[in-house]
Amino acid sequence: MAQQVSAKEPTVEQIADQKIYKQFGVSDKEYALICDFMGRKPNYTEIGVFSVMWSEHCAYKNSKPLLRRFPTSGPRVLMGPGEGAGIVDIGDNQAVVFKIESHNHPSAVEPYQGAATGVGGIIRDIFSMGARPVALLNSLRFGRLESDRVRYLFEHVVSGIAGYGNCIGIPTVGGEIMFDEAYEGNPLVNAMCVGLIDHDKIQRGVAKGIGNPVFYVGPATGRDGIHGATFASEDLTAESEAKRSAVQVGDPFMEKLVMEATLELIDSGIVLGIQDMGAAGLTCSSAEMASKAGNGMELYLDEVPQREEGMTAYEMMLSESQERMLFVCEPQHEEQAKGIFARWGLHCAKVGKVTDTGRLQLFHKGEMVGDMPVKALVDDCPVYNKPSAVPEYYVTNGSIDTNGYEQVADLNAALLKVLGSPSLASKEWVYNQYDYMVRTSTAVRPGSDAAVVTIRGTRKALAMTTDCNGRFVYLDPEVGGRIAVAEAGRNIVCSGAEPLAITDNLNFGSPEKPEIFWQMEKAVDGMAEACRVLETPVIGGNVSLYNENSRGAIYPTPVVGMVGLVHDTDHITTQEFKAEGDVIFLLGETKAEIGGSEFQYAVHGVTEGRPPVLDLAFEKRLQGAVLAAIQGGLVASAHDLSEGGLAAALAESGFGRGLGAEVDFDSDLRSDIALFSESQSRILLTVKPDFEMKLALELTKANVPLKRIGTVGGDRLRISVGGVSAIDASIEELRGVWRSAIPAYMNGSKQ
Amino acid sequence: MNFAVLVFPGSNCDIDCYKAVEDTIGQPVDYVFHTATDLSKYDAILVPGGFSYGDYLRCGAIAQFAPVMTEVRKAAEAGKFVLGICNGFQILTEAGLLPGALIRNNSLKFRCHQVDLVVENHSTAFTNGYAKGEVIDIPIAHGEGSYFVDDATLQQLKANNQIVFRYAGDNPNGSVDGIAGVCNEAGNVVGMMPHPERAVADILGSDDGVRMFTSVLNAWRERNGAASVR
Repeated sequence: MAQQVSAKEPTVEQIADQKIYKQFGVSDKEYALICDFMGRKPNYTEIGVFSVMWSEHCAYKNSKPLLRRFPTSGPRVLMGPGEGAGIVDIGDNQAVVFKIESHNHPSAVEPYQGAATGVGGIIRDIFSMGARPVALLNSLRFGRLESDRVRYLFEHVVSGIAGYGNCIGIPTVGGEIMFDEAYEGNPLVNAMCVGLIDHDKIQRGVAKGIGNPVFYVGPATGRDGIHGATFASEDLTAESEAKRSAVQVGDPFMEKLVMEATLELIDSGIVLGIQDMGAAGLTCSSAEMASKAGNGMELYLDEVPQREEGMTAYEMMLSESQERMLFVCEPQHEEQAKGIFARWGLHCAKVGKVTDTGRLQLFHKGEMVGDMPVKALVDDCPVYNKPSAVPEYYVTNGSIDTNGYEQVADLNAALLKVLGSPSLASKEWVYNQYDYMVRTSTAVRPGSDAAVVTIRGTRKALAMTTDCNGRFVYLDPEVGGRIAVAEAGRNIVCSGAEPLAITDNLNFGSPEKPEIFWQMEKAVDGMAEACRVLETPVIGGNVSLYNENSRGAIYPTPVVGMVGLVHDTDHITTQEFKAEGDVIFLLGETKAEIGGSEFQYAVHGVTEGRPPVLDLAFEKRLQGAVLAAIQGGLVASAHDLSEGGLAAALAESGFGRGLGAEVDFDSDLRSDIALFSESQSRILLTVKPDFEMKLALELTKANVPLKRIGTVGGDRLRISVGGVSAIDASIEELRGVWRSAIPAYMNGSKQ
Repeated sequence: MNFAVLVFPGSNCDIDCYKAVEDTIGQPVDYVFHTATDLSKYDAILVPGGFSYGDYLRCGAIAQFAPVMTEVRKAAEAGKFVLGICNGFQILTEAGLLPGALIRNNSLKFRCHQVDLVVENHSTAFTNGYAKGEVIDIPIAHGEGSYFVDDATLQQLKANNQIVFRYAGDNPNGSVDGIAGVCNEAGNVVGMMPHPERAVADILGSDDGVRMFTSVLNAWRERNGAASVR
């Protein structure tokens, strides 16, 4: 065993004596464990490999106990967490594959490449399962747009997402963006990809068959992204800028070729196991593939295509160069595989062999440079049950009366303020930079409750959305977690789809802090409960911790990516009002719930108190009844009430076709609270007058309270509360403010 | 009528063009790889959008050297129908089959949305089903779609009736004279930045692109003496 492969690398003894492992985030205790598993002290390459495999990013060592709380199975689930992505049956031998993943830390220091490679990585997770990627979504968080740095990050993250998705030709159909100072310095960039697959094409990342060759395909390995997974598992600090080399560089053109060739290879039926080289590159893919098959693997590093001169074993194993895949097939299929890749101009290199040793063994320049037990790498990372403590802010917030603010008299002005708040304002500036139409399947474009993508050759379609209100989760993680799942479900249902399952991206601060761990624990509990009640299991996801900046942790932001099944394209429904004279119904109950609302933030300048409550049993009833009404052909438009409450929902519904509304909202609440409360489990429906009675009857039968609040018509939004006029504004004026808010910040006309 | 949809490394609207031919006119259509050296069986060649060769160097600059382009030139000279959409338009200008060049949008950003187009020339093989001056609703999706020609060439284009489409209203990318699509002098080769293959059904937002496909089928039938499609 090589003790030291080059004079530049520390020796085994130096690693131990100078505690060099600590630079890689390995604790003293973990180092001792590694020595135990190895039966000796690890060399530099080995400690590097262990440190990435045992990082939070790969091992989920701080989050595993929490992730076990999620329901992960269901009648439709074909594959739950553990592989590249989860898979859900949609009938007719077809299935939908989807996953969300974060690229927060890279995007904070190098926004274009950070975001671009985030998109590239999640696409590989989908096609390495054998699925054809059909749509992309994202969930983004930034600080306030008043800041130069935030505008820079925002602009370049959006360009990065566009640059990658547009080039590879997968439409970016939806997502969400919120702006709040809580994310200043630590933006969140979560990317989700959705794919379609036939049941018999499903692949797994397993290194099957002793003696079979292991192939590497994709561009050559360089020194980029070394220790990316470790970098993602620590706080962002001033020194993070110096770790720019931990950020990878993406090439969507290369990935397009790798994707087409890989799908062709899988289609040929000769692949035994395949996995992409994502976080921790060659290390993670080889160790995981060997582990899942209960086998070992030998890697011949001289055969690894290299972009740079003189790369060491350490560098090759830890590089996160993009667009690379690892696969195993039988020796007699080698030429066939090479032929497929050659057609796409790609080189495919035999870099290893499946063994029965249970060890990952690395050879370089005629020497064994690493020899590690696969099980220790993949399964034996210690799992920590971190201490948890109720944060002081949570206790203090319990006694804040959010209904005690002075009543806002000018509600027109308040509505304009809320609509012009970047979190709520039109995201057209963003999504017009994304090609959301390529593949000609996009039936509902960005901007409605959920995007809808049709499935060629069927009457079916997929609805998809990402959701999370970090303010609610901050104010009460458990309730906020529940709301994130419920709201995603409501968006899916409002689009005419049956919710299927979720993927989650748990973005939190440092789990070393008991208050942060408490947020994680509570949020997961809330999400898990909602998933159980709403029957949308968690089929995979990602954890991103240590999202902190100099001022502390971000708002806890467990993003939910949900996919639903539209059974017939006739059911596809959008939020926009359709015709003059249509009757407007409000479903659900409006309570005095201003805590964490956009109104509270934009008008009163604070985020405090408790978030709205959520009754999951009622939520389930509501979603079921609305979906049935849509499927029954009764509904003209459907819109979930969320940020900005009833007033914003009415305005947004009118923007699509420039239609106003006459609304008389019968409520005992103060008018500002009635209009801007963000009470949960509420949906705005419009119906043709002919269907009014039938809809009311069906919802009443389903025990869903509803109010007929007005009719669609004219070019003004007129709302009175309890008979007193509250809002009277032209749709054109409201839409102007809503549409111009983000462009005004970005072109410098607003500071 | 036989259609070829070219596939370069990085093409990504090839599937959409293929589906559009199937769905609008139901004629036989094949994917033809960039390495192909024989297009003789095809009556129409569609050069699809995407990012051929990653748009490296310059959009379309590398694709013009692909082996299949020699055949496309021959086909164009022989009077066969050639349509370049988006990156396909960029490739046809780089290949010298159409005048002008496509440069970066004046907004410096990729733009994807519906646009209104005025049909300026309804006598080409691909536009005979439209009325002159008709305004149609077709989406754009490009970062480098600003059409550029010098003044002398512009005057020539006008004189020869080679401007096929103009943007109605807002010029989304800074194109000279609002030009969205042009043809060669013979009218059998057309290039355009907007995507008619994305506007072939109501569920996609517009079906105004359908007539691009019925037009070329008509042109082919007329040329071959068959009854025109209704």
